[in-house]
Amino acid sequence: MTRQVLLIEDEANIAEAIRFVLTRDGWSVTTHADGADALDRIRVLRPDVLVLDVMLPGRSGFEILTDLRADPDLAALPVLVLTARGQDRERDAALAAGATRFLPKPFGNADLVATVRSLDPGAADPERA
Amino acid sequence: MVPFNLLVAVCLAYVCLLFLVAFAAERGARRGKVRWLRGPLVYTLSLSIYCTAWTFYGAVGYAARSGLEFVTIYLGPTLVLVGWWGLLRKLVRIGRVHRITSIADLISSRYGKSNLLGVLVTIIAVVAATPYIALQLQSVALSVQVFALGGLPGARGDSHITALWVAMGLAVFTVLFGTRNLAADERHHGIVMAIAVEAVVKLVALISVGVFVVWGLAGGWGGVFDRLGQSTMADWPLVPARWAGLTFVAGAAVLTLPRMFQVLVVENSDETHLATAAWAFPAYLFAMSLFVLPIAVVGLDMMPKGANPDLFVLTLPLSQGAGGLAMLAFLGGFSSATSMVIVASIALATMVSNHIVAPLWLGLGAPKLKSRGQAGRIGADAADVRGVVLMARRLSVLGILAMGYAYYHLAGGGVALSAIGLISFVGVVQILPAMLGGLFWRGATARGAALGLVSGFAVWLYTLYLPSYGAAGLLSASVITDGPWGIGWLRPGALFGVSGLDPLLHCVVWSLLLNTTAFLLGSLLSFPSPVERMQGLAFVNVFEQNNPSADWARGGPEAEDLLALSQGILGADAAQTFFHAEAAAQGKAGFLPDTTPRFLEALERRLAGAVGAATAHAMLMQVAEGAGVSVQDLMAVASEAQQILEYSSRLEAQSEELARTARALGEANEKLTQLSIQKDAFLSQISHELRTPMTSIRAFSEILMEGGHAAADQARYAGIIHEETARLTRLLDDLLDLSVLENRTAQLRIAPANLHDLIERAVQVAGTTRPDRRFLIRRDEAAEHVAIFTDADRLVQVLINLMSNARKYCDADRPELRIQVRPRGQRVTIDIIDNGSGIPRKAQAIVFEKFVRLTDTARAGGAGLGLAICREIMENLGGTIVYLPGQGGAAFRLSLPLRRSLTVAA
Repeated sequence: MTRQVLLIEDEANIAEAIRFVLTRDGWSVTTHADGADALDRIRVLRPDVLVLDVMLPGRSGFEILTDLRADPDLAALPVLVLTARGQDRERDAALAAGATRFLPKPFGNADLVATVRSLDPGAADPERA
Repeated sequence: MVPFNLLVAVCLAYVCLLFLVAFAAERGARRGKVRWLRGPLVYTLSLSIYCTAWTFYGAVGYAARSGLEFVTIYLGPTLVLVGWWGLLRKLVRIGRVHRITSIADLISSRYGKSNLLGVLVTIIAVVAATPYIALQLQSVALSVQVFALGGLPGARGDSHITALWVAMGLAVFTVLFGTRNLAADERHHGIVMAIAVEAVVKLVALISVGVFVVWGLAGGWGGVFDRLGQSTMADWPLVPARWAGLTFVAGAAVLTLPRMFQVLVVENSDETHLATAAWAFPAYLFAMSLFVLPIAVVGLDMMPKGANPDLFVLTLPLSQGAGGLAMLAFLGGFSSATSMVIVASIALATMVSNHIVAPLWLGLGAPKLKSRGQAGRIGADAADVRGVVLMARRLSVLGILAMGYAYYHLAGGGVALSAIGLISFVGVVQILPAMLGGLFWRGATARGAALGLVSGFAVWLYTLYLPSYGAAGLLSASVITDGPWGIGWLRPGALFGVSGLDPLLHCVVWSLLLNTTAFLLGSLLSFPSPVERMQGLAFVNVFEQNNPSADWARGGPEAEDLLALSQGILGADAAQTFFHAEAAAQGKAGFLPDTTPRFLEALERRLAGAVGAATAHAMLMQVAEGAGVSVQDLMAVASEAQQILEYSSRLEAQSEELARTARALGEANEKLTQLSIQKDAFLSQISHELRTPMTSIRAFSEILMEGGHAAADQARYAGIIHEETARLTRLLDDLLDLSVLENRTAQLRIAPANLHDLIERAVQVAGTTRPDRRFLIRRDEAAEHVAIFTDADRLVQVLINLMSNARKYCDADRPELRIQVRPRGQRVTIDIIDNGSGIPRKAQAIVFEKFVRLTDTARAGGAGLGLAICREIMENLGGTIVYLPGQGGAAFRLSLPLRRSLTVAA
């Protein structure tokens, strides 16, 4: 069964690059560019891993993350937060808001793939290996 | 008949004699022959100024009109001198210890060196003395007239002129002798001697006339008594109340009359002289009164009906052809009048200058004696004081005599001499309660004294003084008969409905009753100031103390400054002698003693002798800045308090300023914090704007590096990398541009341009943005031909930005762009308006901030610096850019000067 990744990212070029590398790694990648209705999309799609940008039109990634952790259904969802604001403060804020992992932009493609893989709860599944 | 010219000559000769006597006495005094000059005999004779022309002429008239009542005028002083010797001794002692210069000074000193009281007493004394001086002028005028016109009744045409001449002559004499210098102790050896001579002259004259009348005309005492029995005088009723009242008034007046105080206290050099005076002066009075009754009786009998009894002393000898005797009598009267006027005007002038002029001059007349260590300057100032005081005294003498003459003129000169004299007496008697209270009652306060003086003086003015001008005088007839505003119980002659009393007695009773009551109540209800208590103690217990005032507990002024001050007031010789003696007493050589409290006290008293206690105190204080309090000191204290207030309000202002600074600092800090936050936000924004394209570039370059892609994909990924690189470059360009513009370091190329050409260029370039959209551009090209002097490229940059934004964001179905150019004076505005949905109200405020993007990144394609750059460019061009709300779409207005000055705007 293909693992599902939901990518919430408004920069079209970045979204295309991430989709390319994750698809190549065997993930089913869905992209979404708007922050405002991102939560609905998450609830509908129920992805295995969420990759979330912080600077989004409509609603910031941190707000989405906070709401997400408050929802019992979604509280356990592994989330990788991406941000172009590279300070430590951003990292702390992301982890505090409930991010499982944090990756500053620009990232190496290999790092991204490894991180997303490590987040997958089914990663230990021998079927996948 | 004595020729008028001879009369004038005799008068002049007599005055010259007085001059010589006075001059000789002064010289003698300077040579140290004071012992003889100041013996008890001269002292007693000088007291005789109590016997004025009123006594000389008026007593006879009084006797002729009212029988023996005239005796009360002698009885009062006799009782005081014989019976109240202790009081006089106390007065004299206080006068000497405290260097009292006048009765006003006495009251002022006693009540805490209160200058207000000094002024009050001075005013009362001056007003009360006015009728008295008028009386003297009248008597001299009358007597001259008797000689000049043969005593014809009714022929008094030029009596006013005579009085005027007499007044002027007396003024000159007084100014010459009484105010020639500022004596340290306010003693006038020359004047006192002259007065003693005059006392002898008037006694001899009156006794001569008396002897002439009794033995020459009446044939001895038997004849006198026979005539007395036949005349109506024996029938005069003896009114006990009037007798008692008049005796009291006369007794009180001898204490409170300024001129009596002058000779009794101020000119006294030795307390023991009082012992002599206590019997000798009553004896003198007895001698003066001995022949009054006989002269009156004989005059009434021998002179024609209607003859003025006030002039019997003169007219009786004249009618008998005894010209020489008449001349002697005239000189006696002349002596009486002149001695009184001279001493009274000296005493009053001293009071006026010490209590009114000097304090005013000290208070207002700027020269401050404060600065220490400037001996020369202080000396000069003190010399000014001396000059001012002397001038004030001279002018006061003239003023007082002028007032006397005015009263004489107004009161018509027709009132009997004795009536005028009594009005004066009752006036000065108002000082008595404050005086006696001050000497014997420690609880007496300045407030009580002031209240008593004012109420007594007011009642006297209202019930006796003002009515004395006659029915058509200063009070209207209706006020006198019906009371003011028709209020009967306020009639001057019958206060509180008590009518039927003799007017004089009425005034005495009411004025002294109210005066004493106010004095007692005021004293009981007020609390004396420390200085008052101290002075009260010093006055009441004057015999128990050697060291009455201890003001100088503190303070140590420079002896040199004090010497400079004293030289100005006492004169160089006297001051140096005094300082030398004091230094010697301290065992020091030279002229500068240590400024011990004892020395300062002595110096103050010495100076007080010249300028009055309060003024001397104030002047010394100004030099010393030491202790003690007077009105000036209180003023200084007040001003010090004022300074402290100012200081504290300055402190308050300072702390307020500190608070303001702290607030400003807080604000600055907040601003810095805000700036720091903004800087962080800006940096993180820049970081974001840089990292975003770099993310794409890195991701796709890694993908490309892996190889193995289809050529089409490869080209596509390379295209993305190129696009993002261009975006990065653009961002860096914008940032650099913004930085240069914000720092006002942008190179502007100011040149003439046609606005139309610039708009044309911008429209062309902006057309490349989303060329797919067809825009309707509405312009009034004719209006665009405006010559402007600016940086054309920069302006075009702004125009392109605005037009491109419109092309990007205008969401209308049939998009339109309106460009309006309007000249406004020295400026021109360019409005660029589209027909889209515009910018939301909330966003309008931030639209020109950096990194503000109202739509998502994809559509904007920029970092959100465009409008921020536009605003900076417009400011660099000396113009503005604002958002125009309510235009139905996004609307911006550019405003810029037609001529951008070449100097760079700040």
